Amino acid sequence: MRVALFLTCVNDTLYPDTGRAVVKLLTRLGVDVDFPMAQTCCGQAHYNTGYRHEAEPLARRFAEVFRGYEAIVTPSGSCGAMVRELYPRMGERARAEGRGDALARTLAPVVPRTYELTEFLVDVLGVTDVGAYYPHTVTYHPTCHGLRVLGLGDRPLRLLRAVQGLELVELPGAEECCGFGGTFSVKNPDVSAAMGTDKVRHAESTGAEVLCAADNSCLMHLGGTMARLRTGMRPVHIAEILASTEEEPAL
Amino acid sequence: MSATFVGMPGFPSYPAFPEAAHEAVRDETLRGNLRHATHTIRAKRARAVAEVSDWAALREAGRRIKDHTLRHLDRYLVQVEEAVTAAGGTVHWAVDAQEANRIVADLVKATGESEVVKVKSMATQEIGLNEALEAEGIRAYETDLAELIVQLGKDRPSHILVPAIHRNRSEIRDIFRSEMGEWGRPAPEGLSDTPAELAEAARLHLREKFLRAKVGISGANFVVAETGTLVVVESEGNGRMCLTLPETLISVVGIEKVVPTWRDLEVFLQTLPRSSTAERMNPYTSMWTGTTDQDGPSTFHLVLLDNGRTDTLADEVGRQALRCIRCSACLNVCPVYERAGGHAYGSVYPGPIGAILSPQLRGTGSEIDASLPYASSLCGACYEVCPVAIDIPEVLVHLRERVAQGDQVTRGGNKVVLRPAKGHAAERAAMRAARWAFTHPGVLRTGQRLASRTRRLHPRTLPGPGKAWSGTRDLPPVPAEPFRDWWQRTGGGKEGTK
Repeated sequence: MRVALFLTCVNDTLYPDTGRAVVKLLTRLGVDVDFPMAQTCCGQAHYNTGYRHEAEPLARRFAEVFRGYEAIVTPSGSCGAMVRELYPRMGERARAEGRGDALARTLAPVVPRTYELTEFLVDVLGVTDVGAYYPHTVTYHPTCHGLRVLGLGDRPLRLLRAVQGLELVELPGAEECCGFGGTFSVKNPDVSAAMGTDKVRHAESTGAEVLCAADNSCLMHLGGTMARLRTGMRPVHIAEILASTEEEPAL
Repeated sequence: MSATFVGMPGFPSYPAFPEAAHEAVRDETLRGNLRHATHTIRAKRARAVAEVSDWAALREAGRRIKDHTLRHLDRYLVQVEEAVTAAGGTVHWAVDAQEANRIVADLVKATGESEVVKVKSMATQEIGLNEALEAEGIRAYETDLAELIVQLGKDRPSHILVPAIHRNRSEIRDIFRSEMGEWGRPAPEGLSDTPAELAEAARLHLREKFLRAKVGISGANFVVAETGTLVVVESEGNGRMCLTLPETLISVVGIEKVVPTWRDLEVFLQTLPRSSTAERMNPYTSMWTGTTDQDGPSTFHLVLLDNGRTDTLADEVGRQALRCIRCSACLNVCPVYERAGGHAYGSVYPGPIGAILSPQLRGTGSEIDASLPYASSLCGACYEVCPVAIDIPEVLVHLRERVAQGDQVTRGGNKVVLRPAKGHAAERAAMRAARWAFTHPGVLRTGQRLASRTRRLHPRTLPGPGKAWSGTRDLPPVPAEPFRDWWQRTGGGKEGTK
């Protein structure tokens, strides 16, 4: 199977460790993963801020770059949701605007082949025990687009429960949004910060060392909040936990 | 309240959502009241919905019934008019708030009365009926407990179902003690803040109004087209009193409230109570068809209100907002509403549904209406609980596009080209620049490398507009190299992993 890593622009630029972790994890599970160098951004920030027409060339580019792969794996619930849920909608809107089927036809092939990382592991590879070792107390925040748009359900939790040494503690109010919301975080900074602070306080109340999620953009917001509040907790992407082994532990 | 009145008299101008929310998130009492109330009802609703094995099917049926009705609204509205008229009622058509207020004021004046009792109604709130009647020398008494609290407190409603959700018990006691006497029977001596005593005080205060009133004013949750029957769903029984005791009943109803048949109504009578008050069935469901001799009001007027609804219906994406049955489940589950409170939305329709209704019914011309589509993190909790499956995030993004880029819309039945709202030029330029960089990977890569090489110079906080992020959050540290450089340098991690 030809598998491509769609890392996302945020991870590529700010969280390369997450990318390295995905490569390490998938390689360990016998998947030969490629990183097409021409990839950039799915266009989610453009689309969700009201710039659908600016997002279209990015979507077209995504479809061209990843066209030849049987599976496209991304360590981001919201970018995965962008491709799976919103690319078809972009095609429909273009059609409704009298611009024909071209966009919908271009985007269609990559839509069903795009998987969020935990979906790919559980549904496509059929594994929940990925042979990881991570001797820390962890609480998991299900990010909104992974939870409600992709319907990841308990896949991330099943993967975490199978990790050796890991103690998973439940996060109170887990399904509530962390307040990041892309450009929402700067357009409505007071509400965003209030939501982030509440989420961090909930995470702190669990006594966990690590706040885990499957989306680094939410973790960027929560990590920045935790650092400012000096909680001593660390934000860690689930890929880094699942990639960690006794021989090569993650930090 | 920070509303200031400018321009049209009686038409308040509200600050943009982020400014209004800035105050609200710092109000500890308000935050506490809202957190307690929304979390309680949220959990109860989840339990009430989980009991119903065919909830998903009911939700889908509700969506389809509403879509079908909206698609054929021209036909069903005429059917309503014929049925109501045949049953002894009179039907009036109001294109906007002003016309509806004019019709109602004239009807009240024709009775010779100068006071009316009101059933809780969103449509009359939307058009500012109480204020319009006041200007004509007619006093309107709200009889729903929460609406009474809002009216006595000279306050604004902050929730669709629980308009005084922002008030706690001791605040309510203080309002009753100081204000009830102005409006009628004063609060009993030594009134405490226990729910039973507060309810009794309201009951005594309202009873004299019910017994005296000759004119009642209501809205309706539904209008059944096949028989011309209006339906009001409520909990307190005040509605039943207003709908049966007066001689004249005037109902102001948005044109989207129609359902074709009683069979269709059955679906909503299951989904509405569970979604709104988390009850299997609400205590009082009143239904009336025109007038009946010797039973209830002898005169009945139905005012069908458009006020932007037909224009909203013309929008392919936005029209789904008209499916709304005003249950408030989206408010109760919304993390933004919970922190910002209902007043920040500058409308009688707060929360997620308000953020998509107000900018459509009123247009996106004002500061508040242009800011409402952004008053959401797009978390999707609202869509998940909506009993008629309104994809609120989809409509929010659609309206953001209208605000940021301009659009062609329908206003007053005519096609109008909207220019982008003010204040989006810098954002537009940034989005265009980002798109350019993302379609030229070389540019992206140069930017990434520049960021990495200068990373030791990056501050942890930003000046100016950057404070919107770094006022409360540290910036993420920039790594030594972007992933793509590592990938290339190590041949995909195969030539050593460091």
